[in-house]
Order: sequence, then C-alpha cells, then structure tokens
Amino acid sequence: MFTAAAIAVLVAMALALVRAYAGPTLYDRILAVNVFGTKTVLLIAIVGFLTGRPEFLDIVMVYALMNFITVIGILRFFEYSVSHASANSETIKEQ
Amino acid sequence: MSMVTTYLSWALLVLGGFLCVSGSVGLLRFPDFFTRMHAASVTDTLATGMILVGLMLQAPTWIVFGKLVMILVFVLLTSPTAGHALAKAALHSGLKPLLPGKGGKIDADPRPSAGGV
Repeated sequence: MFTAAAIAVLVAMALALVRAYAGPTLYDRILAVNVFGTKTVLLIAIVGFLTGRPEFLDIVMVYALMNFITVIGILRFFEYSVSHASANSETIKEQ
Repeated sequence: MSMVTTYLSWALLVLGGFLCVSGSVGLLRFPDFFTRMHAASVTDTLATGMILVGLMLQAPTWIVFGKLVMILVFVLLTSPTAGHALAKAALHSGLKPLLPGKGGKIDADPRPSAGGV
C-alpha cells in the first residue's frame, strides 16, 4: 500500500515539475517548487516506512523546515526587487 | 483491532495519494496563478494530512508516532503561511488575479510602470 501512495506522490511531483517548467510567471515556478518540496517530505516519509527505517522521519522534519525557509527566502528576494520593475517585468510580460 | 487500523491506514493512504494527484492536475490545468495556488494548497494540507495520519496508524513505536505528529503539525502550520507569503509577494509585484468583470482582464497588463498596480 505504501508503494501505491509513493507512486501517487511521484506522479504529483512530476506534474509539479511540468508546472515549474511551463509556469509563465516567476510565482508559478515558486509555487511549483513549494509543492515539489512538500511532496518530497511525503515521499521520504513513505519510503522510510516502506524500507522499515523510522530514522527517515528525522530527514523529513529537516526537509520540511528547509522547504519553508527556502520559499520565504526566495519570496523575500523577489518581492523587494519590484522597485526596479525591469528585473521583474520580463517574467510577468510573458504571462 | 489491528485489522481496523490497517484498513483505515490503507484507505487514508490511497485517498491521500489520490488527492495528491488530483491537486497537481489542478495545478496544471487552472488558468491563473491564484487559482493554481488553491489547487496547490489542497494538496499541501489535506493530502499531506491524510498520508501522514495513514502512516501514524502503522507507526511501530511511540517515537515514530510522535515524530509524525510533529511533522504534521509543522507542515499544517507552514504551508499556508508560505502560500500567504507567495500570494502577497505576487500581488505586491503587480500580478493581477483573473477576475471576470472587475477589471481583471484575461490579458491584463500588470506591469507596475504601466499603472497595472
């Protein structure tokens, strides 16, 4: 049953990558990376249970922390770069 | 007792997996960034919750159970926060939502210099 859930999570990650590639604006890409990170959290937890090694859950905790900090870091970087609109406009123009 | 938890955790895992896939299909098919955020947050919160609770039912020891509870609480706290920060940053940089009739035209020109903000 774990393999079914793992396959579902892998499919979700693949679709998130497609959105990351196709995403017109910058924020679609950040959203896709965020979804990918959350799915990695799930995948490691499921694989940890699949292989019967509960230590994986420590990795999952660290990864959940990192995923959140990464998204906030990227947003903080891009949000305040709007003053010189040129840096940001080409990502929005292609919407 | 163990049969019930086994079947319950299997059901939760399958439902969580299904929600994962349906959420990311929504992530692909929705027309606008803000609608895609809805699809993404569906997977982030409910599917993660279901799969982690499904795993909790099969946790061999109490430590593993405790870790899973911590992970669940952490993810349920941080992913909406990240979603909110993402939406704020997008709106702040001039990305207009696709609102029919309220000026949010399909091809709105959100560039700040063009008065899009």
